[in-house]
Amino acid sequence: MSLLRSRFARHIMLCLIGAVMMYPLLWMVSSSLKPSKTIFTDLALWPAAWDLSNYPDGWTALEHPFSLYFVNSFVIVVLSIIGNLVSCSLAAYGFARLNFTGRKLFFALMLGTMMLPGHVLLVPQYIVFAKLDWINTYYPLLVPNFLATNAFYIFLMVQFMRSLPHELDDAARIDGCGPFRTFWSVIMPLCLPAFATTAIFTFISVWNEFFAPLIYLTDSELYTVPLALRQFMDSEGQSQWGQMFAMSFLSLAPVVGFFIAGQKYLVKGIATTGLK
Amino acid sequence: MTTTTRVTLPAGASAPPAPPPRRVKPRKDRAGYLFLLPWFIGMLFTVIPFFASLYLAFTDYNLLNAPQWIGLGNFREMLDDPLLRQSLKVTFIYTFVSVPLSLVVALGVAMLLNRGVRGLPIYRAVFYLPSLLGGSVAVVLLWRYIFGLDGVVNAFLGWFGIDGPAWTSDPDYALTTLIVLHIWTFGSPMVIFLAGLRQIPAMYYEAAAVDGASKWHQFRSITLPLLSPIIFFNLIQSLISSFQTFTQGFVLSSGTGGPADSTMFYNLYLYQQGFSQFNMGYASAMAWMLLVIIAAFTALNFLAAKYWVFYDN
Repeated sequence: MSLLRSRFARHIMLCLIGAVMMYPLLWMVSSSLKPSKTIFTDLALWPAAWDLSNYPDGWTALEHPFSLYFVNSFVIVVLSIIGNLVSCSLAAYGFARLNFTGRKLFFALMLGTMMLPGHVLLVPQYIVFAKLDWINTYYPLLVPNFLATNAFYIFLMVQFMRSLPHELDDAARIDGCGPFRTFWSVIMPLCLPAFATTAIFTFISVWNEFFAPLIYLTDSELYTVPLALRQFMDSEGQSQWGQMFAMSFLSLAPVVGFFIAGQKYLVKGIATTGLK
Repeated sequence: MTTTTRVTLPAGASAPPAPPPRRVKPRKDRAGYLFLLPWFIGMLFTVIPFFASLYLAFTDYNLLNAPQWIGLGNFREMLDDPLLRQSLKVTFIYTFVSVPLSLVVALGVAMLLNRGVRGLPIYRAVFYLPSLLGGSVAVVLLWRYIFGLDGVVNAFLGWFGIDGPAWTSDPDYALTTLIVLHIWTFGSPMVIFLAGLRQIPAMYYEAAAVDGASKWHQFRSITLPLLSPIIFFNLIQSLISSFQTFTQGFVLSSGTGGPADSTMFYNLYLYQQGFSQFNMGYASAMAWMLLVIIAAFTALNFLAAKYWVFYDN
């Protein structure tokens, strides 16, 4: 009896915490469906008056339609995922399965870069990109991803590759595979779960990324979704509240979608590396 | 299957077509280096800027003219810069309040979830999702309105007869809203705690229960010591990332760090110095000071770890 009661109490507590956690997000969705005038007078989650016009109006409220910002963000995200998968998997295979002089030293160096606060590199990197005439292009956002600069993903893949039995490499070698063939035909297909984790993490972090686009993109035609949203912040007029919440919700929707689709990989990924 | 490979392995290694040993090693090296080629180029983008920014920290540089060596000038200026002191204060308060609180909440909820709760995947998803959204512009914007004068929080406080402040425009409360936002993202350490709790064998608790240990005693003597490496890991991770907070302060204050510099995070001030006023030398010096601060706190933690982190091997 008391066991049942304590179990019940635990569920009540968890549901309460969950409700508090979800409330802000639900309030955002509900506010996006209310006329701007009533957002702060009608605080109920279920709108008393509905106003669907926030979505079409918000879509075109800024200098460019949101379709442009969404396409920009998607292009950057997709290319970043490709870059991270290719460059990090190559590096991870080298670290996890091949033997070469200086491997331990380089691996330690890579782990060291994981701890390094990004702002230490910021100014010189900005200067280099400016000298290359890459300001107001996507290169500063994309090229680093093709050069395996994200040590977290290398580490994640190394951990995964190390768990694969070494007999696989030996068998492939005996069958006449060189390291590239072994990587491509034997190791890669087995690493798909680690690749899925990397792809989802890259999607979420690049989609939300604010700082790098802020300093490298000044031309509003190149803006990503977060930079576009930020423009709502500067225009405080109450007529735009509903539109702002509508576009905010749309900007979070892909993250939530990817999260629901890839939850399994995400949870496994953080459990093995402690990634955010 | 495994036995065959094990048998063939030594045979294969000593098989006739094996090339003479001195040729094997460089070829092996070459494959490794080829796989690491993108990473090597990427490291150039890390190592060279690392030292370049150390150099720039001792110069006066505005992007237009060549950097001018000024020795410790930037660091001396930092000592007398009230805004820099304010930004350190804001960052420290934020870090030292929100990191312990969110870790305590994360551990507490993880323990609630641990013992075979029904619907675990749903709870875990609900608690974890906010940590993926917490750093996004959309959520910080949302926070501005939830904590606005007529926002949901004040409406809620109103039910209890409390007249809430104008949270985001009052210098005494603006940072509090961001601390609440940080705690809202407790999901990612929670998932790591959950994975750690699962590693603790149930029989320890059974044995303790037989010996008559209370729940609290079990927590103190079994859970905490066995989980301490994971608490340590979460602590280091959260400290490092919290010292580098930027977006939250930027979006909440429209980039000003206001009201009255109460959300002037260190990195926000660095951004203003570097990218609004183009004091690139000063910004580099600030970045290096942050690196030293983070390194010092991490080192302190590792030293202190000897006294409370327990490795079971």
